[in-house]
Amino acid sequence: MELLKEELKNKIIEVLNLEEVVPGDIADDAPLFGEGLGLDSIDALELIVLLDKDYGIKVTDPKDGKVIFKSINALASFVAENKTK
Amino acid sequence: MSKVYINAGAAISAQATFDGGFLENAVINRQDVFLPAIEPDYKAFISPVASRRMSKAVKMAIIASAQALNESGVSVPDAIITGTGAGCIIDSEKFLKAIIDNDEQFLTPTSFIQSTHNTVGAQIALGLNCKGYNFTYVNGAVSFESALLDAIMQIELQQANNVLVGGVDEMTPYFLELQQMIGHAKSDIATVGSVQSEGAGFFVLANTPTESTYAAIEDVTLYNKLSIAELPSFITGFLRKHHLEPSQIDLVVAGNNGDVFDDYYDKAAHLFRNYAITVQYKQLTGEYFTVSAFALWLASRIIKEQHIPEILKPHAVKHKAIKNVLIYNQYRGLDHSLILLKRV
Repeated sequence: MELLKEELKNKIIEVLNLEEVVPGDIADDAPLFGEGLGLDSIDALELIVLLDKDYGIKVTDPKDGKVIFKSINALASFVAENKTK
Repeated sequence: MSKVYINAGAAISAQATFDGGFLENAVINRQDVFLPAIEPDYKAFISPVASRRMSKAVKMAIIASAQALNESGVSVPDAIITGTGAGCIIDSEKFLKAIIDNDEQFLTPTSFIQSTHNTVGAQIALGLNCKGYNFTYVNGAVSFESALLDAIMQIELQQANNVLVGGVDEMTPYFLELQQMIGHAKSDIATVGSVQSEGAGFFVLANTPTESTYAAIEDVTLYNKLSIAELPSFITGFLRKHHLEPSQIDLVVAGNNGDVFDDYYDKAAHLFRNYAITVQYKQLTGEYFTVSAFALWLASRIIKEQHIPEILKPHAVKHKAIKNVLIYNQYRGLDHSLILLKRV
């Protein structure tokens, strides 16, 4: 799980072009949206595409995003349980 | 009709034009076929959170426009008008490449949103919270002049008291390669075509002069296709419309770029040979669709400061007062434009 968390942090930084952020800056339990990293709705779309492309997970209901993208911990658990590739 | 004044201007180019200097340290690069823009420290102007989705063109335009607005004292202009030949081509390529690489699946929104040509004007407006008239012109090598024409009309027809107008273009390695393949850009310094570059030039135009005013814009005109034989009458006709003869022009700013279409510029220079100094500038900036925004920045500063940078003087000339300035540009025999400036 720790490896997956690190992998997700690196992917988020790359996909969302967070130039000033390194994986160590993202706390596992910190909120990704709003406070924390301060991501927005366009970032949410980017992350949904990321899950589909890299892990074969389709998030069909955007409302699920609130739970899935709550934090790195939540995201890593969701990916570990649902990934198809 | 209201007169139109250039009250502020800023340029980002292959020279250090953003530091407030006036080409004192300019260098002519005769080796490279692409001259990248010397970019400001973006972090000093745009937060990393805001800039992470912005391409080079957007960032250059936002910073050049911020500098021009700051100089003019205008916080939110009545209108924002942008000219760009190739638009946000970095993100256009990214988006198209993603379509191909991923077999038309997994398309993400960011590069698509950022790939549209009017992203530049939109991002400037978002940053300023400006809800006024916002228009983008994409007309090849007269993209900036088209934007300028609209800006002038907005002020002349009293639709706006002040307008932020500018031109911007960025280059990518692939787009440069395509330009080289069709012979428009030099592949090496000995081949045909022109040296390519990129940059941004933004201005605040207004109906009232201020202490910072550079010059008045009398007019701009565009013509798509002209033969060399037709050029003199195109120029003299434009001047006569403003009750001027070639002998009353003090300075011509010509867009020679070293390609085979420079004959047009030679013809224009011949028209003014006994009266005006002709300066060329693309040996400093290279060629790009909106390079005439740099020409306007250059001509404006020359009029305001009554000084021609040493590096641009064709020979050691002592010039008279510079009152009337004509900017002439064309690209590959097409997209001819004339801009007439007057000292205030």
